[in-house]
Amino acid sequence: MNKDFNYFLQGEKEKWEVIIGLEVHAQILSNAKLFSSSSTKFGAEPNCQVSLIDAAMPGMLPVINKFCIEQAIKTGLGLNAKINSFSVFDRKNYFYADLPQGYQISQYKFPIVGEGEVLLDMSYGTKKIGIERLHLEQDAGKSLHDQDPTKSFIDLNRSGVALMEIVSKPDLRSPEEVGEYIKKIRSIMRYLETCDGNMEEGSLRADVNISVRKVGDKNFGTRCEIKNVNSIKFMQQAIEFEAKRQIDLLEQGKSIDQETRLYDTKKNETRSMRSKEDAHDYRYFPDPDLLPLELENSFIQKIKNELPELPDQKKDRFINEYRLSNYEAAVLTADKETADFFEKVAKNSDVKLATTWIMGDFFASLNKLQKSISNSPITVENLASLLNLIKTNIISGRIAKEVFEMMLLDKRDPKIIVEEKGLIQQTDVKEIEKIIDKVLMDNQDKVTEYKSGKVKLFGFFVGSVIKESKGKANPGVVNDLLKKKLS
Amino acid sequence: MNNLSNLTLVETVEGIKSKKFSPSEVLSSYEERIKRSKKLNCFISETLDQAKKEIKKINIGQNNLALLGAPIAVKDLFCTSNVKTTASSKILENFVPTYESTVTQKLWDQGAILIGKLNCDEFAMGSSNETSYFGNVINPYKDGKETLVPGGSSGGCASAVSANLTVATVGTDTGGSIRQPAAFTGIVGLKPTYGRCSRWGIVAFASSLDQAGPMTKDIKDSALLLEVIAGFDSKDSTSINTNSSFFFKNLSKQIKGLNVGIPKEYRVDNMPKEIDDLWSEGIKILENCGAKIHSISLPHTKYALPTYYIIAPAEASSNLARYDGVRYGHRESGRDLIEMYENTRSRGFGDEVKRRILIGTYVLSSGYYDAYYLKAQKVRNLIKKDFDDSFKKVDVILTPSTPSAAFKFGEKKDDPISMYLNDIFTVTANLAGLPALSLPIKHNSKNLPLSLQLIGRPFDEQTILNVGYAIEQEVKFKRSISDWWM
Amino acid sequence: MSINKETVKKISKLARISVSDQQASKLEKNLNSILSFVEQLNELNTEKINPISTISNQKLIMRDDVVKVSNQKEDILKNAPEKNSSYYIVPKVVE
Ligand SMILES: [Mg+2]
Ligand SMILES: [Zn+2]
Repeated sequence: MNKDFNYFLQGEKEKWEVIIGLEVHAQILSNAKLFSSSSTKFGAEPNCQVSLIDAAMPGMLPVINKFCIEQAIKTGLGLNAKINSFSVFDRKNYFYADLPQGYQISQYKFPIVGEGEVLLDMSYGTKKIGIERLHLEQDAGKSLHDQDPTKSFIDLNRSGVALMEIVSKPDLRSPEEVGEYIKKIRSIMRYLETCDGNMEEGSLRADVNISVRKVGDKNFGTRCEIKNVNSIKFMQQAIEFEAKRQIDLLEQGKSIDQETRLYDTKKNETRSMRSKEDAHDYRYFPDPDLLPLELENSFIQKIKNELPELPDQKKDRFINEYRLSNYEAAVLTADKETADFFEKVAKNSDVKLATTWIMGDFFASLNKLQKSISNSPITVENLASLLNLIKTNIISGRIAKEVFEMMLLDKRDPKIIVEEKGLIQQTDVKEIEKIIDKVLMDNQDKVTEYKSGKVKLFGFFVGSVIKESKGKANPGVVNDLLKKKLS
Repeated sequence: MNNLSNLTLVETVEGIKSKKFSPSEVLSSYEERIKRSKKLNCFISETLDQAKKEIKKINIGQNNLALLGAPIAVKDLFCTSNVKTTASSKILENFVPTYESTVTQKLWDQGAILIGKLNCDEFAMGSSNETSYFGNVINPYKDGKETLVPGGSSGGCASAVSANLTVATVGTDTGGSIRQPAAFTGIVGLKPTYGRCSRWGIVAFASSLDQAGPMTKDIKDSALLLEVIAGFDSKDSTSINTNSSFFFKNLSKQIKGLNVGIPKEYRVDNMPKEIDDLWSEGIKILENCGAKIHSISLPHTKYALPTYYIIAPAEASSNLARYDGVRYGHRESGRDLIEMYENTRSRGFGDEVKRRILIGTYVLSSGYYDAYYLKAQKVRNLIKKDFDDSFKKVDVILTPSTPSAAFKFGEKKDDPISMYLNDIFTVTANLAGLPALSLPIKHNSKNLPLSLQLIGRPFDEQTILNVGYAIEQEVKFKRSISDWWM
Repeated sequence: MSINKETVKKISKLARISVSDQQASKLEKNLNSILSFVEQLNELNTEKINPISTISNQKLIMRDDVVKVSNQKEDILKNAPEKNSSYYIVPKVVE
């Protein structure tokens, strides 16, 4: 919390600040599309999930999916935003091979969700990012350009899938903030189960608006929009590249063209999109095939009442209820699965142990195995059971690490592993005394040295006893007994 | 049984049910006439062979079916499963839907048989049927030796009913496309309340104005057909969930005490005397029937057409964006995608359609939206309010259907504004979403039909049908056609 | 307001309709006569009037989130001018 914000770019002449706004497109987790009854499942054979409506056959008409409206409202509430009881579906007109109607049904003047905000936990404090709006719209299909030298192939499976476009205010100032913002929005939507946030499958992607200005300037510069970036890393790289490009131009006394650009992930550069040249006049107008959407207060209230606990609320609760640090609570509530996992383990074992083990060995192992909580080899029950073995002194922390490694491999209950491998901690004083006596007998020369003042050798004795006990001797008991015997 | 095609829809179905004649006999008599009427160019596709197979499956015992055995051709704007649907455009020249529009499905569900798809203005844009890629439709009425337009856009529908090539039909009406051609050909045309009939499966022109409706030989047929095609459709978000009505059963010529409004703003400059006289005659007839006549004011009437010619092209420019040569329809080649689009749409659409797409694109474009489109939406509200106010005082409004009788080919083709003025009396009902009926009253000195229009309250088709029925009983209009083309 | 040939070309481009110079001249005339006709609306003061985009005052109907259409690939590809067994095919898209 003591670091200062420091993302400024030094040009040849001036120090620059980067201004970023995001238009996040989040696919709603619905069974059917926004205006048609065809499936939204990912990964189907091309053109197998396309209805007559999605292919814009003559005479086809849209009918809205109620569930999608509910999800947009839910998400709006999650973004602390105003829900508009009156909204309108508009047509955004442009020609594109994978846009069958020749227009996208979207919301323009009257979106379903208005202004809101999200909070980001940055190393330099909490940063508030304004939300301009959230609106519902249809996704387009997909064009494949690499199958043939002179042709493009069109797959309309995605055509008509429901998207929420979440537009931020130009409040973001660095690639790092953009990363945190995306993670936060994704976390909120995952908590709400309105969007799975899967960026590889394209369920979450963003248009990035970037401009630069000299540090201290109040006015915004001309912005460029980088279309459809589908990973946080690419967004960050694209911002760095684009900001430098704009700074170079401005420092050379040139101006920035307001334009749409494409981020080339292979070359790590942005370039102007020729196809969008004359597409800027979208001729929005209310879709005459649909009526305005008027929401009853009770409809919104019902959704509000059923809202689950959100990341920020959960974080506050974890801090108060479990006495976690802000950092621990932030990490453990970043996604709902982790939070739920933590809470169950903590409730069934010990909060402190659960916190250290989950944030330490558990996360590290998932990382190494490239697994997520949902397919983790270690279940809530087994981890809690392991922590209880530590808590009740049945095994030592050291043995626990070994058992944990074994659990990763055979996914078994640690109690069984401990029993089977005979790893139960030795706390019987008589048994341990026997081992100590043996060790002291075998090392009489060292005992003499110790007694003549070489007290550092104490560690050697402890180690040898534990080793002799095959790691099972309780280190505390060993300590106490050894001290007595050697005095 | 040679003249089965002279019968009305109601008479035909009754005859079939009472076994006076068989569905096949009815079909043959239409087939015979269709074959000898190619000159009128009403049909884009004929499905008579398929119809002959279908007709054999008809079970005459099914007395509950409202349209049992009725041979019906429909406007080629309705998508019909496995039957080519073109919207009279080159761009859909070979398009064969795999689905059936809700309205036509309702016809077949009630025992009607599809006999063909009828010519119209391209994408329903036109008032004379001169914009069809498949050529002009000819009016069975003639001015001396000269042929006449049937009106549009449902010109093929109008000529086909008038010339007895289909027992009845369904058209679509965006600014007058059912009522104006009905008036030019001496038949009854009804545009229902916006939302009364489903738009699902109808090639869209202007979504907030389009409405399907019956075009028939008389009022009874109109009531029967409306009863069949009306109804809420969960596939159309703008279709209205209201109680179904028994228009046919409830048809009554008792209109005593009914309040009829005569809007003074419909007495336009340069209105031919014959139209003015026609209107006066209509008023007299209604007075004789016991109705009370009131002079009313619809002050924004003159702004209806300008409003329409912003809103309809704006919606059309977007609705027609899907015709891009990618998924169906005509495609021209191009070096890249954009060039393919531009060539396809340039050669696939006719001049009038392109004109309207461009106007629509312009009025929605940045910097012009407020001045044109938004302005038109506001005036549309004023026009609607005019009607709301009037319907507090009157039950129905009587006006002429068109400012003139049918005209000659080429007369207005190169002057869009004079063509647009054809819809001056009809377009208000579309903007306000009201039901409106056109019915023939008499022939003028050149033996051309002249019609009056009745505009009703939202969802009160019953009243305009009843008033129309009362007038029909009085005037006893009979189409006077010589079969000159045969 | 009236439009010139350049504007005709610009909106043709937006509408993806290629227009020759000759056509543009004719269109310029046609479109201007339509525009001056519709500009009659400027006589009206509509400052305080609400715009309406639809005539219905029904509430928007909503459907449940249920998948009802299965694989319709055959149907949707049936009328395609150019296709293979899985895709629509178009001339190369330049991005
Ligand atoms: Mg964007
Ligand atoms: Zn978007």
